[in-house]
Amino acid sequence: MLLIKCPWCGTRDMSEFSYHGEAHLLRPPAPAEVDDAQWGAYLFARKNPKGLHRERWMHAHGCRRWFNVLRDTRDDRIYATYRPGDSPPDVDAGDDNGENNGDNNPGNPT
Amino acid sequence: MNKPNRYSVFSLARHALNYHQDWARAWRNAQPKREYEAVIVGGGGHGLATAYYLARECGVRDVAVLEKGWLGGGNTGRNTTIVRSNYLWDESAALYDHAVKLWEGLSAELNYNVMFSQRGLLHLAHNVHDMQEIGRRGCAIYANGIDSELLTPAQVKTMVPFINLDGRQPVLGALLQRRGGTARHDAVAWGYARAADALGVDIIQNCEVTGFGIDANRVTGVQTNRGFIGARKVGCVVAGHCSVLADMAGFRLPIESTPLQALVSEPLKPVLDCVVMSGTVHAYISQSDKGELVIGAGSDAYNSYSQRGGFDSIEHALCAVLELYPIFSRLKMLRQWAGIVDVTVDRSPLITATPVRNLFFNCGWGTGGFKATPGSGHVFAHCIARGEMHPLAAPFSIERFNRGALIDEGAAAAVAH
Ligand SMILES: Cc1cc2nc3c(=O)[nH]c(=O)nc-3n(C[C@H](O)[C@H](O)[C@H](O)COP(=O)(O)OP(=O)(O)OC[C@H]3O[C@@H](n4cnc5c(N)ncnc54)[C@H](O)[C@@H]3O)c2cc1C
Ligand SMILES: [Zn+2]
Repeated sequence: MLLIKCPWCGTRDMSEFSYHGEAHLLRPPAPAEVDDAQWGAYLFARKNPKGLHRERWMHAHGCRRWFNVLRDTRDDRIYATYRPGDSPPDVDAGDDNGENNGDNNPGNPT
Repeated sequence: MNKPNRYSVFSLARHALNYHQDWARAWRNAQPKREYEAVIVGGGGHGLATAYYLARECGVRDVAVLEKGWLGGGNTGRNTTIVRSNYLWDESAALYDHAVKLWEGLSAELNYNVMFSQRGLLHLAHNVHDMQEIGRRGCAIYANGIDSELLTPAQVKTMVPFINLDGRQPVLGALLQRRGGTARHDAVAWGYARAADALGVDIIQNCEVTGFGIDANRVTGVQTNRGFIGARKVGCVVAGHCSVLADMAGFRLPIESTPLQALVSEPLKPVLDCVVMSGTVHAYISQSDKGELVIGAGSDAYNSYSQRGGFDSIEHALCAVLELYPIFSRLKMLRQWAGIVDVTVDRSPLITATPVRNLFFNCGWGTGGFKATPGSGHVFAHCIARGEMHPLAAPFSIERFNRGALIDEGAAAAVAH
């Protein structure tokens, strides 16, 4: 169970929110000009990192606004939440820069 | 080659006279060689089965299985062991039923008791929509030559006398697959490991792949915590960690990883002799041979590798179980755990070549791949050996996400396992 801080309403139980996957995906500006592989990648390919993940949540049982969360998928620790349009804050999650999918965590999963 | 004990009633009796002191190891503790014809990454059931069929049916015996932890320590040893093939689409029906047919002879083939028990599997329907879904799927399955029967609530009650048919979500009917059931998950990993080892496959535990050797877009081997291991072909069968390995090789997969939990109760006298699942209230339950009730929860909503899972998922699953089976209300739960499952949007697996030549992936089995273990290993071995997809595997290539030819098993697979 996570405690999530809605940028507008404050900290609430996860059960008030819905999850909507990887954030900051860019829809190709001219869909007719991309090929099937590029369109498929936009629709379906995901980073799915073991480490920092920028993701979209919606305060479904609250203000119903969308926002972004920066979370470490190795231990579910939330580093920040921020409004759409804001850029993700820089955080130091130890040995992971958020772009690297590699398993830099030699320890066993908890 | 390793000369294993052949297991039989006679070997059991002979070893009993010795107080079971001199059983041979089930597989060698192999040390990695510098190079192999094929390296399989991931020592779960699918990876071990792949190695076995490579050696057994494809004549490729210079094979190593590299496992970062212990055999079956991933989802293979964490699942609720349900086996069935009642999927909607032709492609899935063919693949999953191929697996069920292999299950039916597996203990004899491996000389290892995988305790495959075709005790029958009920999929409950609770509303008009469910009834239409099982009606449509039941007929599609039947038309594919796979057993499937529609049951009335009264017939359900005969099979599970203590079920509450009149809960808030009443039971209106069910789809029954009599050939469905359960198997012992650890035994599947160990049985394949032992049989593969006997054919010359090196099984190497505590060996984590940390990168790939790639030269001119062709795989040359794997980087591991025990040094570089050369390979002409590499097959990755790492379930929840497939995106991590794909990233090492420089591409992305249409997959997200989430925790999925299960739990078992204290052991009871035999009370439930079939598997019962309900997608609508999300409860699935069976009883192990040890007597524990085995209960599966839903997956968490968000990507995670924490292998822990949220408490809310368990609470939800147990509420549903108690609504359907009030007699379990005073049972104590013994253990809870999670695995990291690799989920695709169409809930169908990926068995596929990749942008890197001679590097193959078999993943995306998500919440329901245990049942497919023998079939998955069998077709994947052919893909690796021949460098082209087995006909049963071809529709499951990553290409389907570019062509839009998804194999949507949401109804058959999304919540049920
Ligand atoms: C709680 C739960 C219940 C389930 N219930 C069912 C069910 O009832 N029926 C059903 O059909 N399916 C079920 N499933 C799904 C099923 O367990 C999986 O689809 C299946 O076991 C996958 O097998 P596998 O061999 O591909 O993966 P795994 O058994 O996970 O094996 C992958 C292996 O790869 C290893 N690995 C990962 N990264 C590396 C690396 N870098 N180097 C080396 N090795 C690595 C891991 O340690 C792991 O042992 C369930 C899953 C869970 C978690
Ligand atoms: Zn809010």
